[in-house]
Amino acid sequence: MKCRVCREPALIDVPRHNANFCSEHFLRYCRDQVARAIKEFAMAEPGERLLVAVSGGKDSLAVWDLLVELGYDCDGLYIGLGIGDYSDVSGTYARAFADERGLRLIEIDLRSDYDYDVPTAAAVTRRVPCSACGLSKRHLFDQAAIDGGYDAVVTGHNLDDEAAVLFGNVMRWQTEYLGRQRPTLVSRNGFPRKIKPLVRLTEREMAAYCILRGIDYQVEECPLAAGNKHLRYKETLNETEARSPGSKHEFYFGFLRNAVDRFGDDPDDVSLGHCTRCGAPAGSELCSFCRLVERTAGVEPVPVRLRRKRSADSPSPERSIDGDTP
Amino acid sequence: MRVLLRNPRRELDVAGPISVVKLLQQLGLNRESVLIIRDGTLVPGDAQLADTDSIEIRPVISGGLG
Repeated sequence: MKCRVCREPALIDVPRHNANFCSEHFLRYCRDQVARAIKEFAMAEPGERLLVAVSGGKDSLAVWDLLVELGYDCDGLYIGLGIGDYSDVSGTYARAFADERGLRLIEIDLRSDYDYDVPTAAAVTRRVPCSACGLSKRHLFDQAAIDGGYDAVVTGHNLDDEAAVLFGNVMRWQTEYLGRQRPTLVSRNGFPRKIKPLVRLTEREMAAYCILRGIDYQVEECPLAAGNKHLRYKETLNETEARSPGSKHEFYFGFLRNAVDRFGDDPDDVSLGHCTRCGAPAGSELCSFCRLVERTAGVEPVPVRLRRKRSADSPSPERSIDGDTP
Repeated sequence: MRVLLRNPRRELDVAGPISVVKLLQQLGLNRESVLIIRDGTLVPGDAQLADTDSIEIRPVISGGLG
């Protein structure tokens, strides 16, 4: 296997481009894909200040690294979600990344700053933990970007994320969400611009990028997300991708080319007022986040309940394997 | 060969030599969903793994929405 660019031994294959790359040219390929996405979808201009939503996982650290490499002025924001050891470890990866590179990492801790955590919010609202987690992150990233004078919030959503979300929304014809699934959401109605510079890169490519760049990240899966629908959609799409490389790209970018404009990107927030407590856009007196804070106030912390569903990509530890004979 | 798997973290002993492709086939793993790491760097898909190797099969799929 030789690098498509220099013909030296390759380390990584990218079947959807029918290409193999050595380390140097794979890293360049990733930077080029991000630069192309930023230009193609008018994500950011040179000199703008960007706030990266950092989780300590591969995608958020990779996008932060790539944007800095491309010369963008980026700070990171890490939110401690209170998901037991998982959150503690995630925070250490985010801090180490920022410290080693002299980058600014802003931190918010749900338990210390807002008196709740994700497991407790899930129990109080009787909804899946990802719901309270997403609501909290969206609100706090938006608020921090507005308060800090940033031009845009950057998230590490990659091609696999976007294809899986699209798959789920199409499966259930959730048309109200389809128009919002763009790589750039422009600033409006009190919400900051949101951009996804990794939409041209897959999850596997992002993990490879981190390994080749020496970026340590949280490999363990969120114990509350294990076995969720999003993961199952990704597995389904990867089975198709393995047989037909390029399928995920065609699915998502074909949607952007041919269909997204048929669905309005105006959410129901056009006539939103402002939350009387925090000032964020809100459809009622309090925004969803402040309602959540109110509902969880004074509630005893709920311990993390592990949810382990073995995925198709997790073979049984008991399985015995025979090697090739020489 | 020692094989480290993640999510959940556990180890397997696998007889080598064996090709990366064959190992993943036998484990029922999709190439799109994992990377092979040896000595801190990536192992290409056409590589042979020796009986004395110690490798990690790292899943690349994460379940959150951002």
